[in-house]
Amino acid sequence: MESRNAFASHCCALMVYLFLYAPILVLILYSFNDAKYSAAWEGFTLKWYSSLLADRGVLAATKNSLIIAFVSTACATAIGTLTAIGLYKYTFRYKRLLEGILYLPIIIPEIIMAVSMLALFMFAGISLGLKTVIIAHITFSIPFVVVVVKARLYGLDASLEEAAQDLGANEWETFKRITFPLIRPGVIAGALLAFTLSLDDFIITFFTAGVGSTTLPVRIYSMIKLGISPMINAISTILLVSVVGLVLAVQKLEGSKLKINYKGG
Amino acid sequence: MSVMRDRQNPFTISTTAQALLTLLPGGIWMLALLVAPLGLILVYSFAQRGAYGSIIYAFTLENYLYFMDPLYLKILGRSFKLSIVTTIICLLISYPFALWLVKRCPRSRPIFLLLIVIPFWTNFLIRTYAWIILLRTEGIINNALIKLGLISQPLSLLYNQEAVLLGLVYGFLPFMILPIYASLEKLDWRLIEAAYDLGSKPWQAFVKVILPLTMPGITAGCLLVLVPSLGMFIIPDLMGGAKTALIGNLIQNQFMAARNWQFGSAASIILTVLVFFGLAIYWRVAKWAKQEVL
Repeated sequence: MESRNAFASHCCALMVYLFLYAPILVLILYSFNDAKYSAAWEGFTLKWYSSLLADRGVLAATKNSLIIAFVSTACATAIGTLTAIGLYKYTFRYKRLLEGILYLPIIIPEIIMAVSMLALFMFAGISLGLKTVIIAHITFSIPFVVVVVKARLYGLDASLEEAAQDLGANEWETFKRITFPLIRPGVIAGALLAFTLSLDDFIITFFTAGVGSTTLPVRIYSMIKLGISPMINAISTILLVSVVGLVLAVQKLEGSKLKINYKGG
Repeated sequence: MSVMRDRQNPFTISTTAQALLTLLPGGIWMLALLVAPLGLILVYSFAQRGAYGSIIYAFTLENYLYFMDPLYLKILGRSFKLSIVTTIICLLISYPFALWLVKRCPRSRPIFLLLIVIPFWTNFLIRTYAWIILLRTEGIINNALIKLGLISQPLSLLYNQEAVLLGLVYGFLPFMILPIYASLEKLDWRLIEAAYDLGSKPWQAFVKVILPLTMPGITAGCLLVLVPSLGMFIIPDLMGGAKTALIGNLIQNQFMAARNWQFGSAASIILTVLVFFGLAIYWRVAKWAKQEVL
């Protein structure tokens, strides 16, 4: 009886994994299928990947995606890290309010953020383009950087900073030589997270992008709207592999232990 | 701003200046680009509509009253129905699965957990597209069923409410599994042994001990599935038909095709209020569960 129950629950678990992975694996598999419309397998090919290289729309979208991701990551990481340090070090009257505002993008539906930013850009008379997408991406990335860096800061041993200051270092020297090196893995993890979110975002980009500022996900969306093509499988596979790779890197960095060699030895 | 210093130390510029230096960029950025836009939407939702859809800054409730039209109430009702059904299905799949997961040996558990999380790092668009390939008329499932001789005509699996439901469950399942697993992992299993020792049957131990103790995980999971599925617009847009539009699609349509920003803003505010209402219920339940258990 007991073993039969165990067998049943193993089967259920297997079904869950199958449900989660089957569609994605089929998607990847069919990016190598040598048939344009049919669902039958007609042999292995890399032609969909090579046709991506010839597709100017896809190439331009990739370039835009990378520019947006790099610029927004740099800005969001700088602003987010500063904010995290400020929140960690100082107590002030509106601290709870600021923290609440920082959680908003994580709580409210993405589409609300998207339309509100569109409304703001139109209100301010800013024409939609790369810069509006970058501004929007910085905005939704900052909270994630703050959360990751703050977690690292609160894991710090405060006595290290105190020791530096006892030894005569001023605030800036303490930050440069003790605090920052210790939180660097958190900053890098936050930056990678921001980069991933930017590369992956569709909804907010969809509303804030102009004619020449289409990104890869927006391009994928319009391709899906036009109809099924193995090229979408190929481009999806590339995006999927890069995003999963990036997130695995973030996880590894976040999990890395704080170096406390200073202490014991 | 009253700033208090945490520690005694020598410094070159005043602590207030340091605090402003670190907090102002982020604070100003979020105020200008998150709070102000949301405020703008709130203002628009009460603004009048001029000729050619221009915005007239005069107070009206017209946009909210317009939403009371049966057509839009039906969309709101459908959004609720679909997200609640999605939440229930996710819960029914996730709870047994989390129970299975928590019984794995501690060394393999992180791997099984990682395997649940990986698919949800991939873009919604891509995951939705993957289902389109499987379900479409000339798709893989229809193709296989025809080859097996089970059907002669392809089934129409896509562009209906069931397809949207499937997409939603697929998209949000990990959001339910993770919090339930987290609360099960923290569970003190000696309590269940105690229940057995005191003569309770397995189902009694489950209903009276395990379920109440994991209530915070269940409510967190339900919230994490319900809230984003309420605002979802990609899945109904790509997998649904004309009759499956949700409130997210309505908002998108008002801001893009229809260009009625006042009405789109009112719909956005209604959605936001509903989300915060859901959050309030969550806090209540979480607080209640804490009091009941401790």
